[in-house]
Order: sequence, then C-alpha cells, then structure tokens
Amino acid sequence: MKMEDDTPVIYGLEFQARALASQLAESDAVRFMVGTQSLKLSHNQVHVVELNEETGGLLKQVFQHGAGEVWTLAASPSDANLIATCYNTLTAENTCRMQSAIWRLPLQVDGVPDEVAECGGISDLPALELVSKLDTEPHGPDVKVTCFHPTDGSKAASVVDNKFVIWDLNHRDTAKVVQSGVLEGKGQPRFTTGKWNPHHGCSQFVTANEGHVRSWDLRVSPVRSAWTIENAHCQLVRDLDFNPNKQYYMATCGDDGYSRFWDVRNPSESAVARADHSHWVWSIRYNHFHDQLVLTSSSDSQVILTSIASISSEPISHMVDDDPNQGDAVPDTHKEKLEDGVLATYDEHEDSVYSVEWSSADPWTFASLSYDGRLVISKVPRAEKYMILL
Amino acid sequence: MGEPIPSPYDINGQHFNPDMYLEKLIQERSLNEIMDHKFEIVQDIQALHSDMQTLVYDNYNKFISATDTIRKMKSDFKKMEDEMDLLAANMESITSFSEQISCTLQDTRQQITKLSGVHSLLKRLQFLFKLPGKLKATLQEGNYSQAVQDYIRAQRVLQQYGNMASFQGIQSDCEAIVEELKQKLRDQFKSKEASAKELAESVDLLLQLQEPADSLCAEFLAHAETRLGEQLTLLEGLQDQDIIEFVDIGSSGFLSDLCLVVASYNDMFINRPRLHNIQQCDELDSVALSQLGNFVLRNMEHYFSLVGKRVEHEQERGSGDTVVLVRALDRFHRRLQAMNTLFSDTDFARTGTEIVLRAGRRQCRFHLQALKAHFANTLAQVRQSLAAPKLISQDGDGSTSLSELLTSLVLATVEKVKGVLQDLLIFSQPDLTFGLKPHFCEVFCIDNVREDLVVGFLHHLTATARGFCVSGDSKSPPALLLLLSKMCLEFETSSVHYLLSQTDEWFNIEDRHGSGILTSEAEICTSMRAAAQELLNHYVRMQGLSVSQMLRKSVETRDWLHTIEPRTVRAVMKRVVEDIAAVDSQVGALYEEGQRAERSSDSSRRTHSANVSRHMYRSNWSSYAPSQLDSSLVTNIQKLFSERIEIFSSVEFSKVSILTGIIKISLKTFLECVRLRTFSRYGLQQIQVDTHYLQLYLWRFVADENLVHFLLDEILGSAVHRCLDPVLMEPSVVEIICERG
Repeated sequence: MKMEDDTPVIYGLEFQARALASQLAESDAVRFMVGTQSLKLSHNQVHVVELNEETGGLLKQVFQHGAGEVWTLAASPSDANLIATCYNTLTAENTCRMQSAIWRLPLQVDGVPDEVAECGGISDLPALELVSKLDTEPHGPDVKVTCFHPTDGSKAASVVDNKFVIWDLNHRDTAKVVQSGVLEGKGQPRFTTGKWNPHHGCSQFVTANEGHVRSWDLRVSPVRSAWTIENAHCQLVRDLDFNPNKQYYMATCGDDGYSRFWDVRNPSESAVARADHSHWVWSIRYNHFHDQLVLTSSSDSQVILTSIASISSEPISHMVDDDPNQGDAVPDTHKEKLEDGVLATYDEHEDSVYSVEWSSADPWTFASLSYDGRLVISKVPRAEKYMILL
Repeated sequence: MGEPIPSPYDINGQHFNPDMYLEKLIQERSLNEIMDHKFEIVQDIQALHSDMQTLVYDNYNKFISATDTIRKMKSDFKKMEDEMDLLAANMESITSFSEQISCTLQDTRQQITKLSGVHSLLKRLQFLFKLPGKLKATLQEGNYSQAVQDYIRAQRVLQQYGNMASFQGIQSDCEAIVEELKQKLRDQFKSKEASAKELAESVDLLLQLQEPADSLCAEFLAHAETRLGEQLTLLEGLQDQDIIEFVDIGSSGFLSDLCLVVASYNDMFINRPRLHNIQQCDELDSVALSQLGNFVLRNMEHYFSLVGKRVEHEQERGSGDTVVLVRALDRFHRRLQAMNTLFSDTDFARTGTEIVLRAGRRQCRFHLQALKAHFANTLAQVRQSLAAPKLISQDGDGSTSLSELLTSLVLATVEKVKGVLQDLLIFSQPDLTFGLKPHFCEVFCIDNVREDLVVGFLHHLTATARGFCVSGDSKSPPALLLLLSKMCLEFETSSVHYLLSQTDEWFNIEDRHGSGILTSEAEICTSMRAAAQELLNHYVRMQGLSVSQMLRKSVETRDWLHTIEPRTVRAVMKRVVEDIAAVDSQVGALYEEGQRAERSSDSSRRTHSANVSRHMYRSNWSSYAPSQLDSSLVTNIQKLFSERIEIFSSVEFSKVSILTGIIKISLKTFLECVRLRTFSRYGLQQIQVDTHYLQLYLWRFVADENLVHFLLDEILGSAVHRCLDPVLMEPSVVEIICERG
C-alpha cells in the first residue's frame, strides 16, 4: 500500500471539463467537485469525488446541472453542500448567455455514496437544488466567475464584464447586491477573473484585466482602487492566488507562461518570477498549510509543483516565527530549507490542464483537471513532504 | 747489537786475530797461494813502515817553528802594556778639565733659557691682542676660513685664561666678532645665489665653530624646501601646459634641484672628513640621514601627487593623445630611474611605475567607457534604422539591410576594440623604460588591458544584449533582438577568438595554464552563446506573442454564433501569414535555413501537401460529424500516438527552428481561444476555412509540417466540440474559397 501512496488516482468524466473546486467546508474527507462542459446543455453534471485515503479508491456522487455548461465552480467556506457556478445557457434566439447561481447538493437518500461504477441514464441522477439565482443581467452579459467570501458563507462576489458585484445571500430566493465596483477605461476593459483577498479582514477584492491586477477597497463606498500592478504579465493574467499565511504576498499567472510572485507593496517588480511551463499558465494555487508549495497548471498539459521557499512564511531559521496562524498546522521544526524551484512535474494529463486545487482536508493532496475530462488526484512527493515536516 | 760481529779474519780490523787468520789461510789455500799471500803482506808492511817515518819527520819541523813564534810574542806584549798606562793618565786629566768648564758656564745657560721662554709667551700674547683686529680684517676680506682657523687657535687659551680681566676683554671682543662671522656664514648659507661650493664651505666652517649639526641640517633642508616648494608651485601653475613640457619642467627644475640638494647635503653632512671623535660622527650621520630621508620623501610625495594629478587631468580632458601621454610618462619614469642611483633605500622608480600604471589603468577605463558609449551609440543607430525603414523591410530588401546592419555592428565594434588596443599598445612599447618591468607588464597587460578592458567589454556586450530580454516589455523592436542574437553568435564563432588572440599577441600575454588569472576564451564564448540563445528565445516568444495577440483578439471579439456563411478567409489569417512571411524574410537575412524533417524540392509540393491534408481532414472530420463522443475518442487516440509538443521551448540557431517556434506559439493560442468560445455552424465553417488557409501557407516555414497539421487538426477538432450544430463544409468548397484568397 505504501508504494501506491504517491501514485496518482485518475477519474475520468465523459464530458469535457474546466471547473474544479475543493470542498472547503469539509475538513475530514479529501473531496473535490468538478463541473462539466457540454453543449448538450441539459446533460451537464457536477461530480463530487472523494478519495478514500485508506484504499486509494474513489467514491463519487453525480448531480445534474441541467441549467447549462459549467465554466467555473466555487465551494462555500461554511456549508459543505453549497456551491456557486457560472454556467453558459442558450437563449431562445440561440445566443449564449452566461449566468451564475448558488446551488445546494441534495442529500443522498441512502446516505452512502456509490462506488464508482457504471451508472444509468443521465435523467436518473439527482438534480442540484437551486438556492438562489444571481441576477447578473443588469451588470452585463459575461459572468466570469462567482466566488464566496473567504470566511463568511453568506457573501459572494461575481465578476461581470468590467464590474464586480458583492452579493448578500441571506435573502432566500434572490441575492441582494451589497456593493459593486466598475473599472472604467478606454478600450472597454474587461475583467478576466477576480478573487477575495483573505487578509486585512477580507476587505479587499482583487481583479485582473488584461495584464493588470487591481485591488479594490471594500470598506468605502463607492469602492476604490487600493493598489494596482500594471503589466503584471505582458499578456493576459489568467489566475491569481494569495499566500494564505503571509499578507501582502500574491501569486499570478498568465498567457506569457510565467508565474509571478508579488509583494503587493512593491508593484513595480515581482519578487519571484518563474517560467517553467511551455504555454499559458491557467491556474496557480498556494498550499493552505505550507505556502512554499505552489501548484500551477498549464495548457502544455502539465501540472508543476514549485517551491517558493524564499518568500514563504516558513522562515529559514525557525528562530523567527512571526506567523501565529501557522503554528497549529505544523510544528515548525524543519532543518533543511527547500530551494526555490520545481519540486515535481505531473504529466498524467494529455490535454490542457485548466485548473488545479489543493485538498482542504489533507495538505499533501491535490487534484488537477484537464479539458478532456480527466481528474487526477496526486500527492506531494514523499521526499519533499518529509523535508518540510522534519 | 745489530752490527755484525767484527770478523777476526779482517786484517785491517780491530779484532784481528793473527792466529786464527793464519790457521784459516793454511786450511783454505794451497801452498802457492800462501806464498803469494805472504809476499803481499810483506810488501804492505814495508810500505807502511816508510809512511810512518815520513810523518814523524814533518811534525818535528813544525814544532820547532812554533816554539820560535811564541817567544817573539812575549816581547811585543810587554811594550804595549806601557803605552796603555800612558793613555789612561791622559784621559784622567781631560775629564777634570771639562768639569771645570761646565761649572763656569752653568749660570749663563739658565738665563738664556728663561729669556727664550719669555719671548715666546710675549709672542703669543701679542697674537691674542692682535686677534680681534685680525679677525675683523679677515672678515672684511671675506677670508672666512682664515678667520675661523685663527679663532680656533686662540680659543683654548682664551678659555683657559678667560677669568683674567685683561683677557676677558679680548675674549668678548673675539666672541662678538665670531658671532658676526657666524651670522655672515649663515647669511651666505641662506642666500639664494650661493653656489654649492660656497654653501659647503660655510657649512664646514660653521661646523668647525661647533654649531649643532642637526639644527644646521634642519636649517639647510628647510631652506632647500622653500626653494623646492617654489618649483612645485610653479609646476602646479602649469596644469594647462602640454604634458610633455610639464614633465620636462618638472624633471629639469624640481628633480634636478632636488638631486643637487641631496648631493650637496651628502657632501656636507655625511661624507665630510671625520675630524672629531667617531662616535659623535656616527650619531650625526644617522640624524642627518633620517632628516634627509624624510625631506626627500616629503618632497617626492608632493611631486608625485602633482604629476599624478596632472596625468589624471590630461586624461580627463579627453583630448588625450596617447602617444604624447606615453612619451611624457616615459620621460618621467626615465628620470626617476636615473634618480634611483642617488637614493638607495627608497625605490622612487617603483612609485613612478605605480603612477604610470594608474595612468594606464585609467586609460583603459576611459577606453572601456568610450567603447561602451560607442556600442550604445551604434545600437541606438541600429534601432533607429530599424525603426525608420519599416516599409522597406517588407519589400524584401530589408534582408540585405539587416545583414548589412549586422556586419556593420560587428565590424564597427571589433574595429573599435582593435583601435583601442592599438592605442594602448603604445604603453607596452619595448623602448619605454617602464615597458620592460615585469610588474608593469603583468598588471597593465593582463589585468588592465586583457581582463578589464577586453574581457570586460565582452561581458558588457552580453550583459547589454541580455538586458533586452530581461526587461520583458515590448519596447525593443524584435528585429533588434534577432540582430543582437546573431551578433552574439558572430562573436562566439569568430570575434571573441580574434580579439583575445590579438590582445594576447600584441601584449605578449602568455597563457599560464592553471593560473586562473586569465578568463578563458571558452568561458566568454559560452556566455555569448547563452546570450544568443536567450535573445533568440525571447525573439520567438515576442513574435509568437504578437501573432498570438492578433489571433486572440480576432477570436475573442467576433460573435461566432451569429456569423454568416463563410465566403472568404478572414483578413486576420492573411495578416498572420503575411507577418510570418515577414518574420521569415527577417530571420532569413541573418540565419541559415536549417534542417527540415522531410523536404522534397519539386514544385508540385504545395498542391501535393494540400491534397494530403485534405484527405486527412476528410478521414478525421467525417467521423466527427455524427457524434461528439466518438470524435473525442478519436482525438484522444490520436494524441496517444503523437508526441507532446513543447510550445515555448528553446529554439535552434536556424530559420526553420525559429519559425517553427513562432508558429507553434501562434497556433496553440488559436486553439486555446477557440476552446473558450461557442460556435454556430457557420462559425465552425469559418474556422474550417481559416485553418485550411493556414495549412496551405504555413507548412513551408516549419521544420516538421506534421506539427502544423496536428495543431490545426486540434483547432478544428476543438471548434467542432464547441459547436452547437457541428456540420462541416464540403472540402472542395473550402479549397475554392482558400484559393480565391
């Protein structure tokens, strides 16, 4: 069994897929959620895949997402069964329209999910329960992403065209707009993605448009720009993530094939820049517990685990431990420091890997999803793990 | 006892025994023999007998005459004795007479002695009394040495009898005069016009007058210093003079004066005849020497700083004609070397070499700066000419202008470096005095020229070239990157070797293996090559991204769901092909064609390949249409057999490799953009037309056309997936549209 610990587990979906999320509110089971992309809109599904860490086997639950093809998927931080999706629908005039909604995973009748097996017709699957539809139409046609507040499950944010909208989900059917921000500028700027900054009491929302990254201060109304990184990448910024343990530190990735790590107090120059991928980098994620571990996925169909120890919160000499948050995760006793650099390259995918996520339950497990519908659950190599732990 | 026992048979022996002899004779010999023997013996006896008689007779006669002589002597002696007695009596009378005379004369003699003593005393006193006047006279005559001698003669007496009133007057008078004398001597000593000999004389006299030597030394040196200081200030005022003149004035003025001072000092204080006790002399010598040493050191330091400043000034003015500078430095150094014979303990030539070295180093530094500025200048010119005739480069003669720019860039740089080296070569001409010193050779040739200047400049080249990659923005025109990359490559293949070997040859630098002092050629070449590679990769990335950008915008901004049936290839595709063709010609101007995977030279190639690809399409797409599930299976299987493509990968130094890199990036972008959109039937068909068009025109640029096919297949496949109503166009129609342009 030990040998198999490091071998990745592969789960195949029969549809193409780009949306992947880790079930954040679940802290015991390694559980990921995948949304499919099929232009036969009613056939779309959300898969909940759980890794049995004892046996290495997979448990799955499949739910119908009949509303449309899922482009992004986000899990609520407080309620394990709550998810937010952005999905593509067709209107009567055969026009695509992006929409966003909050869904609840229905409780299984038998309680225990099935082992992965051939399942019956699509119509037999339980459907997701709609919690509230986010009315993005007044803000624009193109919803890029909807994400939850990092800690408060009753708040969510959607990025629509050149706006972002903060929702209050406490009202039953329809979410209420609490705040919104608009990016004005010539040439019709459009956000590509957005994310809540988990630091400073979650008072900042960070968006990306073209090669720029912009942070918005939510404490004032109307919101205003807190800081910007102009030309963070010379091409489109695809994704960004925050160091969960070290405020001011942020990672971005983009079409120039670079992953860049920023101290946002110095927006003119990235602290670390890496070009390990040979094409666009689509997704970048800090490990929640050991923030020197960073995952990137790229359309060169590789997932790369990189060590960015030089600006991580785990200090070189463990005399200094200025981050109390991290004390409960791991006793800070490692002697050898990891070098900056690629720790492992995962090439189980054969198509572009559009997303990668760490498990919220196990710091050493992560999932990556490629366009051909292949979900791979992998682990940090044992050697690196011990180097960090010991 | 060792003696043999004397035989008793020896007739002449002492122990002769006649009986034994006889017995033996009778026993041993015959009668006749005995008879003969008897006869012999008788004869012998007779001879002996007569000899004896003669002897006795002779001796008797001699005895008689001796007796006569003795008797005669006895009578002569008697007479002599009488005469002796007479002599003794005479002598006695003489003695008594002489005693009488001396007694009578004694009184007179004593008186005479006394008188002569008084006379000499009087003479001396007279000298003393006359002394002040005499001293004054000699003083007025200027005959100082006579005066000093006189004074010294009188001095002891005066000191002895100084307590007597009459002498006190004289002494004080004398002292006053001597003081005056000293003053005069000092004046002479201090006067500017005084010749060395006069100086020496006055110092000698002062020393004889018991003046303290160290203060004299100090005074002498202080005096000399003021004069030298004047020379130095004069020099300082000459900062704008021609440097050779400056050095000459320094040499003939300051340095020769200094030499003179030192020489006369040596004569006066150190090599002077040792008159007084030796210990005092030694003490004095050491004091004098140390004072001189300090003095010389101080002044030379000042001089060196002046010269150093002047040289610096000369170089900073930039007008720096190296020949003039080197000649001036040579003169300076030569003079110092000549001086070295004078000062054994301090090596001024070494300090001089240091100054020359500093000048050399500064010259190298200036040259390096000039080289850098020149390179920056050339680069700016290249940029300008790249930016200005943008139109020309598309007409095809841009290729020649690019290669011309390259050669001019490389040649200008190499020639400039060569010129600088030639200029610096003047420093190491063998006829220069400092050129021969190993210390100079090592520091100047190896450290300054080779390492700092040549190697430093080459490093600067790579660093500058690399700087264009790091900035990451699109400020620099891509053609410049290409040009720089090629330039680095040119340097790597030839220029680095040429420059380094030229330097080594000209400056006689021997590669001492393992010394680690010299930067090896291989090291520089490696960094040049790395820079070339980096630049080229960056070029590919930039060009790829600019094409990608165009493709991305074209896909993103179009409404693919509400598009009409395709009639033409989209303009952006033509633009892409045009751009890539422009890049092709641009790259072709500088880089070789390179290896293709497979290549047939016949002209039917184009249509042939188009046909092949069409068949491929048909086989693939026919299966797409009925069901998406099947098609995804097909693409997956297809992927299993094709190799993974590195998109942003390193390229080789060849045209096809560069273009393959750019096309890969562009097509992959196209693919990713298509996947982000949703297509209607006509949208899909437009993509079909576009990809076919690209298929027709892109294969010729790449190393492996299968790569283009694969990527285009992927694009169309993805478009099929993203299509709401996936129905493809009839391939023949596609072809017609494409051929119509």
